[in-house]
Amino acid sequence: MTPTIVATVLIGGILTGCVYALMALGLSVIFGVIRVVNFAHGEMMAVAMYAAVFLFAAFGLDPLHALPLVAAGLFAFGYALQRRLVEPFVRRPEHEQFILLLAVGVILTNGALILFGPEARGIMTDYAFDSYAVGDIIIDKTKTIAAIAAIIAAAGLLGFFRFARTGKAIRACADNLIGAEVIGLDVKRLYTLTFAVGTACVGVAGTLLAMIIEVTPALGPELTLLAFVIVIVGGLGSMPGAIFGGVLIGVSEALAGLLIVPSMKSMLSFALLIVILVLRPEGLLGRRPS
Amino acid sequence: MLKVANLSLAYGDAQALDDVSFEVAEGEIVALVGANGAGKSSLIRAIAGMERPAAGTITYRGTEITGWPSHKVCEIGIGQVAEGRQVFPSLTVLENLELGAMLRRARAGEARNLDRVYTLFPRLAERRGQAAGTLSGGEQQMLAIGRCLMGEPELIMFDEPSLGLAPTIVQEVLKTIRQLNADGLSVVLVEQNVALSLKIAGHGYVLENGRMAMTGSGADLLNDDRVRQAYLGL
Repeated sequence: MTPTIVATVLIGGILTGCVYALMALGLSVIFGVIRVVNFAHGEMMAVAMYAAVFLFAAFGLDPLHALPLVAAGLFAFGYALQRRLVEPFVRRPEHEQFILLLAVGVILTNGALILFGPEARGIMTDYAFDSYAVGDIIIDKTKTIAAIAAIIAAAGLLGFFRFARTGKAIRACADNLIGAEVIGLDVKRLYTLTFAVGTACVGVAGTLLAMIIEVTPALGPELTLLAFVIVIVGGLGSMPGAIFGGVLIGVSEALAGLLIVPSMKSMLSFALLIVILVLRPEGLLGRRPS
Repeated sequence: MLKVANLSLAYGDAQALDDVSFEVAEGEIVALVGANGAGKSSLIRAIAGMERPAAGTITYRGTEITGWPSHKVCEIGIGQVAEGRQVFPSLTVLENLELGAMLRRARAGEARNLDRVYTLFPRLAERRGQAAGTLSGGEQQMLAIGRCLMGEPELIMFDEPSLGLAPTIVQEVLKTIRQLNADGLSVVLVEQNVALSLKIAGHGYVLENGRMAMTGSGADLLNDDRVRQAYLGL
């Protein structure tokens, strides 16, 4: 094992990790504001991946061109889901929210199974096998494109929360719900928007992930678990934490593939999760509950 | 201006308000007096659309607003400075103020209102970039009032604005409320300092166990033996 190989694998892990980070960011935003854990997060991600695969197969649409379409579709899906289904559960006990979203996840997974069958589906672009060579280090072109797109999307999201008035209003709801009601913010509408923004993140991340790996119906639940590992490692409800955790898990998966065997990659992630839960339960960048 | 008629409100089995009627005239300060748990905050929350009354009506300038959600109540011109100040601690002072102007009614006048708030509370201008959670209690109260003013309300309901503040700041807060009133704002004031609030109020209402027990001019209530015994400790 040469340093070149390690560097190649590490960079690949970081690039994939950027896409993971965007997915986790969506989960973190929804939880951080609405305090509802989206247990169908990975399943929605799989839906976005299938959408990208379908648009490519049916219309030859490059995933980057499909990106706005899938993001808009998932935004609309999240908007409707929050308004019609999740909203009445926001003030209900956590286990009821859990069962509701678990059910949504099961429906999505099995819907995908009915529509697309159990076999793996992917996207084969013209540039799928292209790569950049930096010295002896080989960097996969598709992963690079996906990572850059994910970073742009994440930066856009952070900018929205930092500078846009609606973004600030959403942060205000997370900060002090009573205060938000007192000054007349339309909390229901802001919650709906938040959920939609969170699922739109998944729309973008899913389209990008579809460029990198193949999708199966069973991938959904796996991604939900992965998103959880990321936000818990990074710090629940912390946006920088979700980004950092995503990259970290991307790297740990890549290293597991290199050092052990690729099929053991989840094991290393879960080991990391356990270590974090024992040593720093609030996550690496999370705030210690006061 | 604001008319509450036969309002009842319950939290589960607990009756918080029972057949309460209450009125605020344009340009007036109305003091709401009562012991802890008498229903003062419940009344304010019901008017603000944060609780759903079981019976009765709330009318504002001829429009019935009973059961309206809080954002619509704010939009019609009823502001609130809630108990505990309820600022957004991790947002900056300026962001807090900006969010007060999210209401459609307040968009056009935002710059003017911000100037007005900064003139009223120069401290907020000095600390505009600071997180609201790092402000002192008195400064947070100024921020809560300023944030409410950003929404251009015609009527403000103050719930315990001096709670937990140093005596000198209490005076300042009450002075501000009087000044706002002099500028044309109608005020509902719930204040632990009963003597002070009745002194500046045109009208007062005394709530006991969720029922309206007494009403009268501020001066009359101040001189009433029952009020003096129960709330002023005289």
